[in-house]
Amino acid sequence: MSNTQSLPLAVSDLTVAYHRKPVLWDIEFTVPSGELVGIVGPNGAGKSTLIKAVMDLLPRSSGRIEVFGEPFRRQRHRVGYVPQRESVDWDFPVTALDVVAMGLYRQIGWLRRVRAEHHQRALQAMDRVGIADFAHRQISQLSGGQQQRTFLARALVQDADLYLMDEPFAAVDAATERAIVEVLREMKRAGKTVLVVHHDLQTVAEYFDSVLLLNLRVVAYGPTAQVFHNENLQKTYGGRLTLLDEAAEAMRRRGQSR
Amino acid sequence: MNLWTVIANANDITVWQSLYRIVSLQDYNTRVVLLGTGLLGTLAGLVGSFALLRKRALLGDALSHATLPGIALAFLLANAWGFHEKSLGILLVGAAISGILGTVTILLIRRYTRLYEDTAMGIVLSVFFGLGVVLLGLVQQTPGGNAAGLETFIYGRAASISQADVQLIAVVGLVAAALVSLGFKELTLLCFDETYAATRGYRVWLLDLSLMTLMVLVTIVGLQSVGLILMIALLVIPPAAARFWTDRLPVMVFLAMVFGATSCLLGAIASGLYPRLPSGAMMVLAAAGCFGVSLLFGYRRGIVWDFAQQLQYRFRTDRQHLLRALFEQLEIRDRDDSEKFATTTDIPESDLLAMRSWSSTQLRRSAWHAAQAGLVVASPPNQWRLTISGYHAARKLVHDHRLLELYLIRHADIAPSRVDQDADAIEHWLEPAMIAELEAEMSSTISQQKLPASPHPVVPTITPGDDALRNRNNHGQH
Repeated sequence: MSNTQSLPLAVSDLTVAYHRKPVLWDIEFTVPSGELVGIVGPNGAGKSTLIKAVMDLLPRSSGRIEVFGEPFRRQRHRVGYVPQRESVDWDFPVTALDVVAMGLYRQIGWLRRVRAEHHQRALQAMDRVGIADFAHRQISQLSGGQQQRTFLARALVQDADLYLMDEPFAAVDAATERAIVEVLREMKRAGKTVLVVHHDLQTVAEYFDSVLLLNLRVVAYGPTAQVFHNENLQKTYGGRLTLLDEAAEAMRRRGQSR
Repeated sequence: MNLWTVIANANDITVWQSLYRIVSLQDYNTRVVLLGTGLLGTLAGLVGSFALLRKRALLGDALSHATLPGIALAFLLANAWGFHEKSLGILLVGAAISGILGTVTILLIRRYTRLYEDTAMGIVLSVFFGLGVVLLGLVQQTPGGNAAGLETFIYGRAASISQADVQLIAVVGLVAAALVSLGFKELTLLCFDETYAATRGYRVWLLDLSLMTLMVLVTIVGLQSVGLILMIALLVIPPAAARFWTDRLPVMVFLAMVFGATSCLLGAIASGLYPRLPSGAMMVLAAAGCFGVSLLFGYRRGIVWDFAQQLQYRFRTDRQHLLRALFEQLEIRDRDDSEKFATTTDIPESDLLAMRSWSSTQLRRSAWHAAQAGLVVASPPNQWRLTISGYHAARKLVHDHRLLELYLIRHADIAPSRVDQDADAIEHWLEPAMIAELEAEMSSTISQQKLPASPHPVVPTITPGDDALRNRNNHGQH
């Protein structure tokens, strides 16, 4: 089977543990090409852990992960990663353009400098998310949303086929949210596959084709219209009352919109 | 800096003579020492920049303290096996081995226990150093141990640098320069976002190992002149000082190298003048001088720069208030908005004071500044009038202010009685592009030529005493 026909992501029997305490338990799912998948679950459900495990950033106790039919390390050039914004120190002495160009470092190679053509490509990616005007700002002078878009542009510039995004919508302004949603739709049109860790239940149905409800294990996975319902959300969020209310509200709204 | 006060107080001509002797590089020995320390400082600045950004600076401190037992053990072993015990090479190898051992211990403690890194560093640093001190005590009791002068490794003595040492420093310098130029981008990425680096296939441990190796090498070659206690200062202070001057990494690295070299040279010169002053401590004080100057005067991040920015902003705000007040007072007198009338009519201070809550000192100060800028002319007693350029500047300000007010009333639903203050809070931050946007937005409601009328009475009807109340209400609304 050639790579292009293989599934972008196939996870089977995945278990990850910290200090012998399992944080992901027997995860199994596959993602078909061109899907926008939301990963939803309460805090500590293992959402970030899941996408980190996919990229071999964490040791796994068991399980097999295939990216386009091969181990991740062979296909990493086809995977773009958007980490959580808080994961880095934004006071670092680089410009937004420098950060976006980091997505090209592998292509540029050791010893060589970032050249004009690379800056050009980085600027194009920044333009797609609407922050080209801030290219030469030091990154601490960007707003939170602009920082998030900088990370998104860094992943875009790689021109990957599978994107893994960790809470890109967390604490961003409306303009950023619109820009990210627009990019997600563009990606889908271009046949890219995107997994997004998402916390806002209100927008799940609007943004994603399918949804993976996660709480240590996969509670439910499938087309959003079929699995994103009250019963599954209750299973996912357990006894957390406030979140249940939120979920119920989301369901109500979804019912109204039909 | 310390050097100069010492010289001033000494009041002794021989100090000047020896200073001249040193800086004119007359002696071979001086040339060796200055070359060696200068190179060392450059090197420390280069490696220290990345150590600082990787937040591994304190690991360097643990590392340098952990070298002491290695030095003493190497001496004892060399002595026992009949090597020439003062051979520097053997001692430095011993230092390197125990330094690395100390660092690895820290990493292992962090990896396999639930202790935090600072706890691990505290333990390793003190235990290794304590062990070193004990071993040094043993060395003192061996024949010849007293004369070995191992204590210089603790406090450092620049004068002991030989030509061979300079060669060693130069070799380490070349290795560091080669490694950094090979992977400047990659080291940057490591320091900024190691997780992302890992997803892109960089071996983070390998990059970290290279950086650690560089830190070990710099520490080892710096032991003799700076000493193991203060080595950390040379790795941390110059890059920290450089950060005050720039937001660009390459510039920061370059400046750190310059600061490092300067500090080392000054320290070496000082201890050359006064052999009793330990050179390492003098270098650290010189570096602290660089840091102090950068902290105060650093372009962009320095305290003075920051203060100047605030002051400038306040002056600009005050001037805009003055111009607007003058213009609106003219408007009351002449509704035709003519340039000729505006530039020939004097406005008394009492009228201006009624326009907003400001003291007459404040008003006069901004009037003086505006007069300096050629925007207003004072016509005694206590009256002012606009110049032609002042008139146009004021008209533009009033225009933008009213545009913003109308915008806020229409889109942000703010009451006309409050809108003046709200617009005032924002308008000083508006950039030309935003004003253009505002104009486009409001173009349907206002005419291009005529100034929009104020949506509220121009002169506030409340007395200045109500101002506190007004402010509070205003804040409550946000």
